[in-house]
Amino acid sequence: MGAQVVTITSGKGGVGKTTAVANLAVALAADGARVVCIDADIGLRNLDVVMGLENRIVYDLVDVIEGRCRLRQAMIRDKRLPELYLIPAAQTRDKSAVSPSDMIRLCEELRNDVDWILIDSPAGIERGFKNAIAPADQVLVITNPEVSAVRDADRVIGILEAEGKGTPSLIINRLNQTMVKHGDMLSAEDVLDLLAIKLIGIVPEDDQVIVATNRGVPVALDHKSRAGQAFRDIARRLKGEQVPFMNLEAGSSLWERIIRLGRK
Amino acid sequence: MEGSQALIQIKGLRDGLLVSLGDAEWSQARAALLEQIEAQQAFFRGARMALDVGNRIFHVNDLAELRDRLSEHGVTLWAVISESPTTEKTAQLLGLATRIAKPRPPEPAPILPQEVGEHMALWVARTLRSGTRLEVPGHVVIVGDVNPGAEVIAEGNIVVWGRVRGLVHAGAGGDEAAFVCGLDLSAAQVRIGRVAAFVEDGSASLRREGEIRPQKVIVKDGLLRFEAWQATLGKGE
Ligand SMILES: Nc1ncnc2c1ncn2[C@@H]1O[C@H](COP(=O)(O)OP(=O)(O)OP(=O)(O)O)[C@@H](O)[C@H]1O
Ligand SMILES: [Mg+2]
Repeated sequence: MGAQVVTITSGKGGVGKTTAVANLAVALAADGARVVCIDADIGLRNLDVVMGLENRIVYDLVDVIEGRCRLRQAMIRDKRLPELYLIPAAQTRDKSAVSPSDMIRLCEELRNDVDWILIDSPAGIERGFKNAIAPADQVLVITNPEVSAVRDADRVIGILEAEGKGTPSLIINRLNQTMVKHGDMLSAEDVLDLLAIKLIGIVPEDDQVIVATNRGVPVALDHKSRAGQAFRDIARRLKGEQVPFMNLEAGSSLWERIIRLGRK
Repeated sequence: MEGSQALIQIKGLRDGLLVSLGDAEWSQARAALLEQIEAQQAFFRGARMALDVGNRIFHVNDLAELRDRLSEHGVTLWAVISESPTTEKTAQLLGLATRIAKPRPPEPAPILPQEVGEHMALWVARTLRSGTRLEVPGHVVIVGDVNPGAEVIAEGNIVVWGRVRGLVHAGAGGDEAAFVCGLDLSAAQVRIGRVAAFVEDGSASLRREGEIRPQKVIVKDGLLRFEAWQATLGKGE
């Protein structure tokens, strides 16, 4: 069967796609899986920075597609995890340099050699997004507990369903339980109530994420970070394990309701 | 070039191009269309295109593929007009319009859905997500939610067995006897005929508040009236 191809997308920009790809990749690879990440955000690459690999780039995705190098040559090996690779995006080209069928072909070539292929989608619903979802076996939609992000997530879910990609799973990122309690932020329940798809994880707002991003060390490697824990849990759920949802607020019956909603 | 002109017909509209396909095989018509676009790139680049496909049947993959091909040429496919209900449904699933504004006829003859007897309604058993626009020349029954950013435009009545947080426009042909029913209309944007009501606080539109009260909206004295939607035992509707 080969690798599972998982694309992470959102509609709205800046909600945490790149952060999620880097962290899920690290979490899966730390567990011994062979993982390749593909940065499909052509022209605005930054997965390499988040993973701390920018200095090692020689070839990129467009070089592979246009035949300037072999696939293996564009795969940058991670500094820490020997079975983790990144295929970076081209910084100086635009999305029209890649087509959906290019992405499908590329993943087919990789499939037999790895366990996971994680694709970082650009924001929007245009060509770059189409490229990113074309080869996906499974799509994760990530959103923030914020009206406009949720609206865009809804739009993207509708498009995925219409294109026969099946119903994606949901990551809610940057949830701030204190703000929710004060009524200043949508709760996970509000978000799930609207989107009505399966929840695969909730990642709390965590300053460590920003620190980690700047250092190029994904937070999933930090065992003290709550966001890191949340990403590790999502990675395990991707593998099919049953992992209880982290209790962001101890002793709340709300939490059980959220989990129920997420399963419907 | 000559051959392809006979296969397809291109017309300028107020807000884009209308391409009508003749009776030719789809593969031929498609090739003719792409050939014309390639031949006249400057003309087509950046254009909004509505495509009239007659009674051809399209499935999601065909239309999505065509839309992608067109977008590679800088052409935005925004509407697909068809006599085939399957094709219309496909277009709607992809968030494409299925009707285009015709130059207004001088006397728009309003359809009177409640005149007499029984009527057909479109049955839609799913949630309409943001970006979906459903246009119905009669009544529509939706079993599912109408999410924020989704639009339902019906010439007749709209009944939603679900929560409405998007736009619902009943009696869109001007019929103010049309109505809207929903399990929860508290965050809906409702229009009937030419009368509109807006949600005051859009940001609340995601929040669930209080208990759900089924409501019916009608036009009374030129204003929208929200009332409880209850069984009308024996009275009929
Ligand atoms: N759980 C979190 N807690 C705090 N900060 C976060 C969290 N998740 C992401 N961020 C921060 O949010 C910003 C945007 O994240 P990221 O670059 O991953 O988003 P993106 O969806 O990939 O954006 P784009 O659409 O531009 O590609 C970054 O500065 C990141 O560090
Ligand atoms: Mg990104």
